[in-house]
Amino acid sequence: MNFDKELDARGLNCPLPILRAKKALAEVTSGQVLKILSTDPGSVKDFAAFAKQTGNELLSTAEAGGEFTFFMKKK
Amino acid sequence: MDTKKMAIIATKGTLDWAYPPFILASTAAALGYETQIFFTFYGLQLVRKDLSVLKVSPLGNPGMPMKMPFGPKWFKSINWNMPNAIQAIIPGYENVATALMKQTIANNGVATIPDLRELCQEAEVKFIACQMTVELFGFEHSDFIDGLEYGGAATFFEFAGETDICLFI
Repeated sequence: MNFDKELDARGLNCPLPILRAKKALAEVTSGQVLKILSTDPGSVKDFAAFAKQTGNELLSTAEAGGEFTFFMKKK
Repeated sequence: MDTKKMAIIATKGTLDWAYPPFILASTAAALGYETQIFFTFYGLQLVRKDLSVLKVSPLGNPGMPMKMPFGPKWFKSINWNMPNAIQAIIPGYENVATALMKQTIANNGVATIPDLRELCQEAEVKFIACQMTVELFGFEHSDFIDGLEYGGAATFFEFAGETDICLFI
């Protein structure tokens, strides 16, 4: 998937992946896509909840070898 | 859509209890909540300039696992809980427990309290310190970080009365 910015939140634990994502989203414009890498298993539910509450669209969630990749489109 | 609001009363002044208010406030701010924390009684320690006052004590805290943050896996999984009477007479026990807790926090990629507090401030979480307890405990305003407001219960209710979420921690 194409993306405009990447955030490496691997090794970070709650709530840091969400806080970093919020910051990274502030640096892209509406409609642009942020790719997020995370190793926190809790981040799967957290990013879904973050998207629901902020109106940013979670385009996809994937897991491979304990690493999670999210694509989020800015509102 | 109206902005959602959250208010927290932070009343505990230990390293472990410093986490819930700052984690919830920073996350709420990231979700777009207008957020305030009212620091009162021992919670005032969380807005001191010097955060090294925050310690954690396993004494009288049966829920706290006492595990070592280093060594092989079998060693890390040992729980070193011991009777309160013994914990109480070991000099520096609290300092050692605090150092081990900080190492565990770092090993797990969990943010430090100074970092979380700064993230809250960057996200414009409003900090209010209880003026009555500042005086009660003999603190000076210079003991606390900049950007604090000082007020009492009525100040808290002014904002808390309009919130969607209001927590006492």
